[in-house]
Amino acid sequence: MWMRGESLQSGSFEELAMPLFDQLYNFAHWLTQNRDESEDLVQETYAKALKGFSSFQLGTNFRAWMYRILRNTFLTSRSGLRVTSTVPLDSDEHGLELAVENETPETILMSRFDSHQVQTAIENLPLHYREILLLCEVEEMSYHEIAETLSIPIGTVMSRLSRARKTLRAALRPQFQQKTN
Amino acid sequence: MVCESWKEKLDTYLDGELSESEMRTFDAHVRSCPSCSADALARTQMKRAVQIAGKRFTPSPDFRKRVQQSVAPKPRRSFKFGWALAAAFVVILVIGLPALNYLRTQSARNHVFSEIADLHVTTLASSSPVDVVSTDRHTVKPWFQGRIPFAFNLPELQSSEFTLLGGSMTYLDQTPGAHLIYDVRKHHISVFIFPEAAMRARLDENSVSPKRLPFNLETWSQGGLRYFVVGDANAADIDSLARLFKSQ
Repeated sequence: MWMRGESLQSGSFEELAMPLFDQLYNFAHWLTQNRDESEDLVQETYAKALKGFSSFQLGTNFRAWMYRILRNTFLTSRSGLRVTSTVPLDSDEHGLELAVENETPETILMSRFDSHQVQTAIENLPLHYREILLLCEVEEMSYHEIAETLSIPIGTVMSRLSRARKTLRAALRPQFQQKTN
Repeated sequence: MVCESWKEKLDTYLDGELSESEMRTFDAHVRSCPSCSADALARTQMKRAVQIAGKRFTPSPDFRKRVQQSVAPKPRRSFKFGWALAAAFVVILVIGLPALNYLRTQSARNHVFSEIADLHVTTLASSSPVDVVSTDRHTVKPWFQGRIPFAFNLPELQSSEFTLLGGSMTYLDQTPGAHLIYDVRKHHISVFIFPEAAMRARLDENSVSPKRLPFNLETWSQGGLRYFVVGDANAADIDSLARLFKSQ
C-alpha cells in the first residue's frame, strides 16, 4: 500500500528535496548551459515538486521523481524546446550505428585528458546523450532509476547509454591522437 | 575481433547491472583475458573522467537559501495552535485587562495628585491665598459652613509647631472642598478636604502618596472624607500634620 505524500509529516518535502539541491542544480546547468536559466529551472522544479508532493507516492523513487520534474520542466521551457526541435530525443533508436570500436589500451590514456576537455566533449553531446551519461556516471543512477527519470524502457537506457559513450570516446579521440603525434 | 560477445556487455558489467551469476562469470573472464581487462580498465577510467568532469556546477549560497525558504514548511494553525491561541486570549482577559485597568487607575491617581499640587502652588502664589484669615480653628471651621456640602474638624495645634493661617474654598473636578493652610518653620503646608464619594472614581481607600512629585504629599480617607496634605516641608512635618488630622 502506498502512503500518500500528504500523509507525511510537515517538513518532509524539504527534508527529502534539499539534499538533492546541489546535484539537481548541476544537472540543470548541464541541460541549460546557462547559470540564470539553470537557477530558474531549479526554482521552478522545486515549486512544482512542492505543489505536487501530495501526489508523490512514498516508496517510489523520490530522486527519480525530482529529476523527472526537472527534465520535463526543461523540455517544455524555451531553451528546452529549442534543443528538442533540432534533435529528436529518440534519434539514438533510429540513428546510424557507430563503427564498433576496437577498444585498445590507448584508451587507458583517456585519463590523461584534463577535465576541461572532457567537459567540452560532454557539452557538445546531443542532449539525450548528455543527460543519460550524467545520470549514469555523475548521479550514479541505476538503469532502473534512469528509466524512471527519462520515462523510457530499460533496453533503451542501455542502448542510448552505449551510444552516448561511444560518441564521447569518438569526440575525445582526435585530441588524444594530437597528443600522441 | 576478439571477445566481441563479451565486449558488448562490458559497459553493463562495469555499471554493475548484470545479474549476480553473470557478474561472477564476467569477473573470471576479465581476469583471464588481457584484451577485455585492458578495455575494462579504459572504460572505468572513462567513467571516472566523466564523473569528475560532470561535477562541475555549484549553486550559489544565496540561491540555495532562496529555494530553501520557498520550500520550508509554513507555520500552520493546528488544533494545538488554536488551543494555545485560546489560552493566550484567556490569559489576556484574566491578567491583561486588570493590568490595563490598574494602569488607567494609576494614571488617574497621578493626575489627581498633580492637580492637588497645582492647587497648592497657585493658591500660595495668589495675593490672597486664604479667604478666612485666622489662626483660630474655631473661626476657620465655621466659615466653611454653608459653603461646602460637608463638615470636618480641625486639630488642636497648641502643643505642635504648626500654625493655622486660614482657609478658602477650592474645587477639584467640580467638587467643592476645603483648603486650609498651615505654617511650620516658614514652610506652608496645604490641607485639602473633599468628600470621599466624589473622589472615589479617581482614588480608592488604599491610595497612598505618590513618589514622583516635587512636594511631599500624604493622602488618606477618613470618615467619608478624603484628605490631602501637601507642601515643600519635609516628609516628617507633613506626616506630623497628617497625624494631627487623623487623630480627630
